[in-house]
Amino acid sequence: MSANIGKGMDRVDGRAKVTGTARFAAENKSPNMVYAVLVPSSIASGKIKSIDTAAAEKSPGVVAVITHLNVPKMQKAKTFMAGGAAGESRMPLEGTEIHHSGQHIALVAANTFEQATAAAMLIRASYEERKPRATLGRHRGDATPKGMFGPPEAKRGDAAAAFASADVKIDEVYRTPIEHHNMLEPHGIVAVWEGDRLTVHDSSQYIFGVQTDLAEVFSIPVESVRVLSPYVGGGFGCKGEAWPHVFLAVATARKLQRPVKLALTRKQLFTSNGHRPGTEQRVALGSGRDGKLTSIIHESISNTSMFDAFVEPCTVATQMLYATPNLHSITKVVSVNLGTPTFMRAPGETPGMFALESALDELAWKLKIDPVQLRLINHADTDPQNGKPWSSKSLKQCYQQGGDRFGWSKRKAEPRSMRDGRLLVGWGMASATYPTYQQPASATVKILADGRAVVRSGAQEMGMGTATVQTQLAAELLGIPESNIRFEYGDTKLPNAPVAGGSMQTASVGSAVQGAVFGVIKKLTDLAIRDTASPLYRTPADQVVSGGGRLHLKGNRERGESFSSILTRHYLPSIEAQFDAKPGNEKYSAHAFGAHFIEVAVDPDLARVEVRRVVSAFAAGRILNAKTARSQYLGGITQGIGMALMEQTHVDENLARITNANFAEYLVPVNADIRSIEPIFVEEVDKHANPIGVKGIGEIGIVGVAAAVANAVYHATGKRVRDLPITIEKLL
Amino acid sequence: MQPFEYSRARSTGEAVTALSAGRQSKLVAGGTNLLDLMKEHVETPGRLIDINDLSMSGIEATSTGVRIGALARMSDTAAHDVIRARFPALSEALLLSASPQLRNMASIGGNLMQRTRCPYFRDISFAACNKRNPGSGCSAISGENRMHAILGTSDACIATHPSDFAVALAALDGVIQVSGPKGARDIAAVDFHLLPGNSPNREHALAADEIITAILVPAAAHAERSHYLKVRDRASYEFALTSAAVGLALDGTTIRSARVALGGVGTKPWRSREAEAVLTGKSISDAVFREAAETALKGARPQRQNGFKVELAKRTIVRALQTVSGVRT
Repeated sequence: MSANIGKGMDRVDGRAKVTGTARFAAENKSPNMVYAVLVPSSIASGKIKSIDTAAAEKSPGVVAVITHLNVPKMQKAKTFMAGGAAGESRMPLEGTEIHHSGQHIALVAANTFEQATAAAMLIRASYEERKPRATLGRHRGDATPKGMFGPPEAKRGDAAAAFASADVKIDEVYRTPIEHHNMLEPHGIVAVWEGDRLTVHDSSQYIFGVQTDLAEVFSIPVESVRVLSPYVGGGFGCKGEAWPHVFLAVATARKLQRPVKLALTRKQLFTSNGHRPGTEQRVALGSGRDGKLTSIIHESISNTSMFDAFVEPCTVATQMLYATPNLHSITKVVSVNLGTPTFMRAPGETPGMFALESALDELAWKLKIDPVQLRLINHADTDPQNGKPWSSKSLKQCYQQGGDRFGWSKRKAEPRSMRDGRLLVGWGMASATYPTYQQPASATVKILADGRAVVRSGAQEMGMGTATVQTQLAAELLGIPESNIRFEYGDTKLPNAPVAGGSMQTASVGSAVQGAVFGVIKKLTDLAIRDTASPLYRTPADQVVSGGGRLHLKGNRERGESFSSILTRHYLPSIEAQFDAKPGNEKYSAHAFGAHFIEVAVDPDLARVEVRRVVSAFAAGRILNAKTARSQYLGGITQGIGMALMEQTHVDENLARITNANFAEYLVPVNADIRSIEPIFVEEVDKHANPIGVKGIGEIGIVGVAAAVANAVYHATGKRVRDLPITIEKLL
Repeated sequence: MQPFEYSRARSTGEAVTALSAGRQSKLVAGGTNLLDLMKEHVETPGRLIDINDLSMSGIEATSTGVRIGALARMSDTAAHDVIRARFPALSEALLLSASPQLRNMASIGGNLMQRTRCPYFRDISFAACNKRNPGSGCSAISGENRMHAILGTSDACIATHPSDFAVALAALDGVIQVSGPKGARDIAAVDFHLLPGNSPNREHALAADEIITAILVPAAAHAERSHYLKVRDRASYEFALTSAAVGLALDGTTIRSARVALGGVGTKPWRSREAEAVLTGKSISDAVFREAAETALKGARPQRQNGFKVELAKRTIVRALQTVSGVRT
């Protein structure tokens, strides 16, 4: 392996971002552009009786006011769940029915942003209001079974009977609140029509999905739609779909025959797109006195909208993490008057593992078995749900290396037994896991006669380091320095790439890049071995290898020539190959694993929790870039600390309206909340998961953190908090 | 944001004249609160009078204490030697407020004029808010009220006063100098903010055509031994769940004089003379501190979600007193 892979190469887009030259979606401009502003519903349930747009229409600079009465015709968009990209099945301004507060009831387009904003305030709607269904908690009785992609239930053996007869039992309900992604860059779009051709700058994690949906909605060929998204300021899953404002902006641009810019406000990011739904989860564990699990029951309810059924699949990790012969899991949804939820960093695993890993900790206390030991006792040597071997698994090493680094062996078992001055100190741990996915992806690799190379795939870079690691990967495979490689991405003119979600982009796109490199080297080889002027003339193709930007005879670096010399001699400016990578290996169950060890300090009087130290060990296959990988882990863990201690969307139970739709009251950790976080990279070679041996690291960092914090809080205080976040009143 | 006129005042007199001219004029200094509220259409002034050109940003020691110009920035005030040495609670309260960027912009006078974070007040699409729209009702009493007040509330309003600095100022007997068409006058800090009663839209004693020019704080032994403790949901950039500004003048272990004010729990900065009376003349002890804390919270009226503030506020007072007395640091 060359020096390219693994090392902490700086981000290739770092300079553009820190100097402000990187242009994000809503920073694009187009001649004659109008600015669109959305008007939200102030009620959560009911009907629009009438809407008065007269004052807005007369307001300075206003070009158009669009409501349900004059919205241009659009075909239904295919939702993400149905194989498209739309976040909701409802089309914007479709009818008079109001399903949630903040639902768009009008769009105002004006010559300036200020004019549009001022005019939007002049729109008056009158409603026929109904009492809304506000929270999961109030309507849990209506929960209906629903699976995210597959069936809602999973079963092994007879979980109920095994639980009933278990020696030791834990049976508790855990709750997680609604959370919003709150990525730094709000959704933004600039839509430009030229005849029947559409160009869209959209802040997106899934440009090809947006492209397909726009083509369908506006009844034009897919090739007529170009979606660009070279820079994305975070997404966490919220930009994997096209939300209603996308269709509305494009429809407005077509109606007006002028480019339209539409950017959501921070406040609108709470109601114009999805959220992580709140969950109520029953986890029942049965075990023998030896700690061996005999039964796991995991029942989860999450909220969804009145018109779509998005399921938070809380039970997915439960099905595969521990070896138990008996398991029953089920997911259900309850409809409330909020928007349709969506994927948010490790959907399912994040809230689900809070419940499961808290319950494991409760069981450990009951059994008086060390929490790490309990997990080792129940370690699954093969995937317990489908019986398949793991593509690779190094969870035991994660426990070992994480625990050693943290000093876990020095932990005193009793709650409230460790102190630092007057502060109560607690140590907690939890496992982490996330599946390794791969989806079809294509890439081209072009080698230029001057020795440079261009790699193309319509992937998305939202800050995780995609552009950097794909550059590194190509450099490694071609033997060309990174500085001579340009990776082009974020444009549907490029070869197809999947959604940047499910931690699968690196595996998917990287497999395509590798295939394309192999393809282009094969083409060069074919040229060389047929060329009398080449030192490789008549060498069998399988005896030719590449390295350092050259082809040479296997075992003899001297006999060979550079890519450049081959191309130059053939008067070729460049040579290119495309590869379409497809996921393949069904024989193995592929997952990344990890273990978090966390120290908290709790003020016994004021009950404030401080996470002082996190050591997290992850085994996630090959790490392509230590620097960007570390950042992914730090970000995931930080988000997990926020989830544990402060993050939650407040919904007024009477009005079904969100009351903290801003960064002052929707709390995420600030720098002062985050102390030492130390990710450990557990070395792992995976030969089965995908051709490039990576497992994806964008999501596993957050999984289990909240449980580890809650478990540490219990160790510190003797108080078990089963509903997040762990705020002061729960510990007073 | 609604279109508005903008002008700059070159003197206090000019500012007062401009205010007197009506047109829903508002003064703007740092703008850190006003502009937010204008974007939300909670504030819709017809005219903004920028007072940043006025020479009112000085901070100086006087024969009786300190005088802080109304335009002194929060960050400058917090960092000033006299404030830090002789009024530590003021400096601490400022440094625990907002963020460095906001403290660099926000003025001391504006800090006293900042408006509540009650979400029903700050979003005009909520129909019921007596503070914003008198007589419309209060959404918070039946709604999300974890952050709301437990002291000084009425059936019309339970909105918490958000300022940290104003709490420390109330504790340390601050005086607010204002100027209007009829000349200058002084308002005691404890009288500056009003209880909501039946008219929560009236928040302070400043007349519509008056401008804050300076803040005076008298020197005192209890000011030198003062402290501000803030308890909140995250370590920075967050409003108080509870806070306490306390000051003690000690004679050995005997409390000669005491100052106690609470933040995060009152509809106005909450000075507790009752707690001070409990402390005065006593010897320092956890029991005395706890008794003072119990006394301070006697009239507390918690809401559905903020009952915890009663006990938390007591513990905040006790901890602040322990710290300032040297019983614990």
